[in-house]
Amino acid sequence: MDSKFLKIRNDFPILNQKINNERLVYLDNAATSQKPQAVIDEIVRYYQNDNANTHRSVHTLGERATEEYEAARGKVQRFINAKESREIIFTQGTTDSLNLVASTYGEENISAGDEIVVSYMEHHSNLIPWQQLALRKHAILKYIELTNDGRLDMDDAQKKITDKTKVVAIAHVSNVLGVTNDIKKMAQIAHIHNAVMVIDGAQAVPNQPVDVQALDADFYAFSGHKMLGPMGIGVLYGKNNLLNKMSPYQYGGEMINFVEKYQSTWADIPWKFEAGTQNVAGAIGLGKAIDYLTEIGMQNIANYEQKLVEYALPKLLNIPEITVYGPHSPKLHNGVISFNLKGLHPHDLATALDMDGVAVRAGHHCAQPLMKYLNVVATARASFYIYNTVDDVDQLIYAIQDAKEFFKV
Amino acid sequence: MSLSGLNSLYREVILDHSEHPHHKKNLKQATSKVTLKNPTCGDVINLELNLVDGKIADIGFTGEGCTISQSSASMMTDVVLGKTTEDGLEMAQIFSEMVMGQKRSAADLKKLGDAAILSSVMQFPARIKCATLCWWALRKSLGENVDD
Repeated sequence: MDSKFLKIRNDFPILNQKINNERLVYLDNAATSQKPQAVIDEIVRYYQNDNANTHRSVHTLGERATEEYEAARGKVQRFINAKESREIIFTQGTTDSLNLVASTYGEENISAGDEIVVSYMEHHSNLIPWQQLALRKHAILKYIELTNDGRLDMDDAQKKITDKTKVVAIAHVSNVLGVTNDIKKMAQIAHIHNAVMVIDGAQAVPNQPVDVQALDADFYAFSGHKMLGPMGIGVLYGKNNLLNKMSPYQYGGEMINFVEKYQSTWADIPWKFEAGTQNVAGAIGLGKAIDYLTEIGMQNIANYEQKLVEYALPKLLNIPEITVYGPHSPKLHNGVISFNLKGLHPHDLATALDMDGVAVRAGHHCAQPLMKYLNVVATARASFYIYNTVDDVDQLIYAIQDAKEFFKV
Repeated sequence: MSLSGLNSLYREVILDHSEHPHHKKNLKQATSKVTLKNPTCGDVINLELNLVDGKIADIGFTGEGCTISQSSASMMTDVVLGKTTEDGLEMAQIFSEMVMGQKRSAADLKKLGDAAILSSVMQFPARIKCATLCWWALRKSLGENVDD
C-alpha cells in the first residue's frame, strides 16, 4: 500500500519544482490541497468540449453540461453516503455553506433567548455566522470547553447543550489541534434536546471516510479545494425535510418555479438553493477529485496519514524547544500538527522553513478565540496529505533544526 | 540545504534589536496612543508618543510580533526620537517606499539610521507588512489619516 502512496507525488505537477533551490515539501494541506493532473485535465476537457449553461439550454452542449453537473452531485452523494442526491447543494465552499445554514435555517428558527452552542476550536467560518446571528436575534452563544490536551470536553457539552439550544455547530476535525471530534455522540446529545447538528467537515472529508447518515448530521459542510478539487466549489449536505422547509438563500435565476409580477414560487431542492449560473466546471472537477480519492480508498488514506503522524509526532516532540498543541499521542492526533519553536515567532520560523523548501502555515489559522484559549499569539502548522512521505517529514525536521541553529534558539 | 539566504533579512543588527528592543515601554505621559493590528498574522503594536512643541519628546511601544516587526519598531523609535512631526512623516514615507522596492537617494536612506537595513525585506514580500506596521502606527500618531 505504502509503495502506491510513494508514487502519488508524480500525479501532481506543481510538486515537481524546486523552491529556493530545495525540493518542495508542501505541508500546508489544511489550507488547500494541490491538484492532480487528472483534475486539471477534467476542467480543461469540460471547457474545451461541453461548456454551456445548465438546466436551461435545449441544445446538445446544454444537455451535456447539465448531465455532468448532476452526475457530480451524485458522486458527492455517494461519497458522503447521503440518502438522496437532492440533499447535496453546491456552494462556493465551507464558509458559503455555513453562512447558508445560518442565514436560512438559523434566521427562521432562532429567537431571543435561544441558545447556539459552538466550541473553542471552531474556525471563524463556523463561528462568526453564529456569533452574528446570535447578536441579531438576541440569542445566547455558548462555547464548549476543551480538555487539557485539546479535545472537546464531552462532559461540558452535556452541560452546555440544553432544551433552549436550537443549533449545535461543531468542527468534525480541528484545523489547529489535529483532533477528530466525536460528532456522532455530539449529534445524539443535540437531538435529545431537539437541536439541529451542524458540522464543519472541511478538515474531515479530505482525509477520512465520512457517512452523514451514520453521524446523523442535520447539516454537513465542506470544500472541494482541500480534497484535490478546484477552489470556489463546496458542498452543503442537509436532511431533505429540513431543506424543504427552509427559505431560499439567494434569489434570481434558476432557483424559481414560477415568477409573477408580485410573487414567486421556488424550485425544488437542491436547485432552490442554487441561484444564478453555478460553478459547473468546479463541480465537475470536484467529481473527478472524488473519483481519484475513491480509487485510493478513504480508509487507506486515513491509515496512511496516521502512519505519517506516528512517524512525525515523536520526532517533533523529541526537539526540546518544540511545543505541540493538541494531543501528544499519535493515536489521538491526525495529520494537522500545530507547534511553536521556543524563542522564535512562527512567522520567522515559516520564512526559515521556506528557505529549505518546506511550506507550512504560520498565524492564527482563522481561529482567534482558540489562540486566546491556548494563550498563544500564533502557531506554525504542518498538515499532511496523500502525496506527503516520510522523506517530507525528515526534511521538515531538518529544516527546523536548521532554523534553530540560525536563530540560536 | 542552507539558510544562507536568510542572512540578508536576519542581519545581526536586526536580531539584536529584536532580542533587546529599544523603547519597549509605556510612557508616563503621552499625547497619543495608537494600536494597530495585522489581522493576517495577529501582530499587534501599541505606540505611544509624547509630542512637545511639535517634536517627538518621548516614544515607547509594546505589543507582540515576529523578529522583523519587533526590530523594526525598535529601530524606528531610535531614529524618530527628537524629530519633528514633519520629519517623522517624511521618514515613514521613505521607509514605506524603500521596502516596496522603490529607489530612494542614499541621503534619504541615511535619514532612517539602522532602519534602512530593512530594505532587504523587499526580497520577502510576505514579510513587508511585518516591517511597516510600526511605521503606519507612527503615521497615525502624527495625525495622518490611516486606515487600520
